[in-house]
Amino acid sequence: MIRWLLWIAGGLMLGGVVHLATIMMLPRTASRDAYARLAPVVPVNGFAVLPAPTPESSILPFMDPAFAVAACRYDLAKGPVKLTVPVSQAYTSVTFYTRYDVAYYAINDRAAGRRSIELDLMTTKQREDLPDDEEVTAADRLIVESPSLTGLIVARAFSPEPSLLPTATAALRAAQCKPQR
Amino acid sequence: MGLLTGLLLSFIVAAGIGLGSTWYALTQNISFGALELGAWKGYPRNGTVSIDPYARAVIARNGELPVGSGDGVTFTAAADDDGRPLDGRCDVVVRGTTPPARYFTLTLYTPSGQLVANSLDRRSFTSQELVRDASGDFEITVSPRARPGNWLPTGGIDSYILMLRFYDTSLGIATRAGREAPMPAIRSTRICQ
Repeated sequence: MIRWLLWIAGGLMLGGVVHLATIMMLPRTASRDAYARLAPVVPVNGFAVLPAPTPESSILPFMDPAFAVAACRYDLAKGPVKLTVPVSQAYTSVTFYTRYDVAYYAINDRAAGRRSIELDLMTTKQREDLPDDEEVTAADRLIVESPSLTGLIVARAFSPEPSLLPTATAALRAAQCKPQR
Repeated sequence: MGLLTGLLLSFIVAAGIGLGSTWYALTQNISFGALELGAWKGYPRNGTVSIDPYARAVIARNGELPVGSGDGVTFTAAADDDGRPLDGRCDVVVRGTTPPARYFTLTLYTPSGQLVANSLDRRSFTSQELVRDASGDFEITVSPRARPGNWLPTGGIDSYILMLRFYDTSLGIATRAGREAPMPAIRSTRICQ
């Protein structure tokens, strides 16, 4: 009897390990995560404006209908990516996600100032390899370090009322994310 | 023989408990570190790299992208202030004021995150669209039938969730409780379709 209870207790402990392992592994094995959903419509190192969510279809769940959204799948394998997002009338933000959908950096138009949000995205290694040229470091460009080689950049432009959505969308059409030479 | 059946029993228990609890955690949206303000629950950490593994798993499974912490904070309500689940066949009143933010939006979703069809094409209110009273408070009636003032249609669905998103706000991980962040109250009325 005691032997069976011990086997069951062992099974319970192993069950805890299985639980933790599956929770930790799930983000890497999910085949319908946000990155996978966007992959068919969003180019690599280029922005695409996402279709506005409707009751019939929405490319991602829980999208805010008051925002125009554009996404870029970045790939830093060949070098840093230069990002330019024009600021729309009301409110514009840019959020960076890793390949597994973790938001590691977000900036809005107030923090960025000016008429567009301009950033250089690179890996820690690429940043270390930057020449220590004073002109480069003094350049008034923001540098964001990506923890992964690939990921998503999502630009969102707010439309305070539905009639302003086309304006917000138009601003995002000019967004760029392209490799630096 | 005893060893083999013992091992087999252990593995069956392990698989059942392990996978069962994972499934439960994902379907019940078990996450830690919620900022609870009245009926509203927010997870400011979900927009940062310190997102907890359970929230990460739920997000990967749903396919959503969390709002980044430098952008804004999301609060969700699936029940009213008394804990009753939100019912799209009844009138629910969302009334009060909000914490300071440059903009906020209030959106109605099905529990799986889809918008709800209605004749008015009204899926959300932005802070700019709301009609407010003299003190600056607003009142939104979430109802299956047309209501005067700020009417957010439910389309008559059984259950729904409300999402309140604040953009460019100081609200976040450092926010402790109610006094810093006055959230609108959610009250169910007895008026049902």
